[in-house]
Amino acid sequence: MNKTEILVVDDEEQIRKLLEITLQSNNYQIKQAANARDGIIMASNHPPDLILLDVGLPDKDGIIMLQELREWYTNPVIVLSVQNSEDVIIQALDKGANDYLTKPFRTGELLARIRSALRNPVTDETEPVINTEDLQIDLSSRTVTVRGELIKFTGTEYNLLSLFARNEGKVLTHAFLLRAVWGPGFINQSQYLRVFMAQIRKKIEKDPNRPEYLLTESGVGYRFVCK
Amino acid sequence: MKHLSKPFDKSSFITQKGKPYLIALLLVFIVSTICYLFSSYLSYRVVALILLLVVSVIAVSFDIFPVLLAAFFSAVIWNFFFIPPIYHFRISTSEDLILLIMYFLIAMINAVLTYKIRRAETKAREKEEKANTVKLYNTMLNSLSHELRTPIAAIIGATDNLQSANNNLTPGHKDQLIAEISKAALRLDRQVGNLLDISRIESGFIKAKKNWVDIVETIHDVVHKIEENGISQRIIINISPAIPLFKTDKVMLEQIVSNIVNNAVLYSYSDSVLKINVSDSTRPPVTVGDVQSISFVDNSLQTYRADKSDQTFITNNHNQTFTPDNIQNPDFQKISTEDPGKQTLFPSGPDKIFSKGNVLSLMIEDSGPGFPDNELPFIFDKFYRLKNSKAGGTGLGLSIVKGFTEALNGRVTTENVMGGGARFIIEIPCETSYLKVTNE
Repeated sequence: MNKTEILVVDDEEQIRKLLEITLQSNNYQIKQAANARDGIIMASNHPPDLILLDVGLPDKDGIIMLQELREWYTNPVIVLSVQNSEDVIIQALDKGANDYLTKPFRTGELLARIRSALRNPVTDETEPVINTEDLQIDLSSRTVTVRGELIKFTGTEYNLLSLFARNEGKVLTHAFLLRAVWGPGFINQSQYLRVFMAQIRKKIEKDPNRPEYLLTESGVGYRFVCK
Repeated sequence: MKHLSKPFDKSSFITQKGKPYLIALLLVFIVSTICYLFSSYLSYRVVALILLLVVSVIAVSFDIFPVLLAAFFSAVIWNFFFIPPIYHFRISTSEDLILLIMYFLIAMINAVLTYKIRRAETKAREKEEKANTVKLYNTMLNSLSHELRTPIAAIIGATDNLQSANNNLTPGHKDQLIAEISKAALRLDRQVGNLLDISRIESGFIKAKKNWVDIVETIHDVVHKIEENGISQRIIINISPAIPLFKTDKVMLEQIVSNIVNNAVLYSYSDSVLKINVSDSTRPPVTVGDVQSISFVDNSLQTYRADKSDQTFITNNHNQTFTPDNIQNPDFQKISTEDPGKQTLFPSGPDKIFSKGNVLSLMIEDSGPGFPDNELPFIFDKFYRLKNSKAGGTGLGLSIVKGFTEALNGRVTTENVMGGGARFIIEIPCETSYLKVTNE
């Protein structure tokens, strides 16, 4: 079986070395590029299964590189950045990154994000069913069961929750959620999102203050995970 | 002396503030005088337009009050000297009265509008400056955040890997991870050291602890430490064996050399050559005892003036001596004896071991790409990083070099070497001691 190939584009040798060891020992094949130019050449010569892209590259803004990549590259891209750069992360997600990680990151988290991104993207025909011990979401019958109990959701709540269910494991930005559920005119109305997220959490989380399913990604958006 | 200077200051303050008013009134006066001389050719209505033009010109360059004064003054002049009947403030026709009122109103509006535009401009400029500051601050925070978090990321990632129950991790991998951890820790330590140094420089509480330093040993120590990190460049050290001991701050000196060399290693091509030259810009042999005082001339430290009991001579560090007779040399024309710069007293007596007024000069040269000419003036700025510079670095290293060199009363300059590479020259004036040479 061919190993999954991951291209790491990062100008920091230390990070590349670390990722090389981490990924190799987890059965991924790794290629490395230290700048945007080499990264694009390597990706186009032999498109990898996933790209780990640092947004701070010496020769080109990582976001611009991402934009160029996205013109033809359809496999997942996970963006790496240092903290304090929510704006950059949001931009990256808007420009087609599948996920992001802030340095320093935990290895377990990195591997989980890679696995999640590599999972086959959901297509519209196959409506997935979220089925965990406590939570079942059946998108075809539009029913949500929490700890064995059928829970009623309002239209907006359900739209929001189903959006998360379809993008399980992926971070969804505030702007994306507002546009998808409320419409393009509501991108800055994040108060709607906060209210509805609180409602949904009340209905599905054991402790809404310590959510297990709908996680907050500070300054960026939310992520739906099921263990 | 103080008593005398006080009233003088006050009057100069008034003239400073009153200058625009005076100029405005003078302009109106001159132009109206000219108009008055030509009044037989000019109708008084044309004069109104000319005066209005003068007020507009004043409005472009002065604040609102001088302009209002000019507007009022010109209206009065126009009324008195030009509107018939002249030499009377009385106005005979209602048309002229309307003209005068109009004149006054237009001049006022002119003044106020120009003032408003100027205020808006100033505000816009201030806003832009503020935005630039914020941008600079963000860049600084980003580079700092990047620089500190990258090694932390490496440490966390490596320890995560080592702790994990991942059986695929080979012993070789483990060794590599441990090596990465130590590398990252050293890098963090260096950056924290840099930050502490820069805050020490910023706070102004930096004081040199001077002691006798063996420059040969110091330079070799620093270079050795850098070479231990496994660099590909070759460092050639060139120090004259007869170099004296220098009285300076060893820690600062080490930091200065280490920052420049580290920088050079980071940015020059692999396998290239790095040169460090140390020389003692010893002054020409002046017999101690027959010189009464010695002083640096201008800040270049290249020349100094020595006063002997019988003559004054000026010399540079190429052992050329210029006596007052041959001082016609153009290089020394600008030297004035009134402003000899730093003064240091030469110790008198027969003892020749110590000499003040010597300069320790270090030249560090790499064969990297050099600095882009337009960025050369900024490289010592805090947090400044070259455009398109590669990862690593907070932009603090060279500003620390500058801060420390200046704390040692020296100076650092940089230039691009012909054919590629950057050259740093550090000159630190310090006492020297030949004890080492004479007694060993």
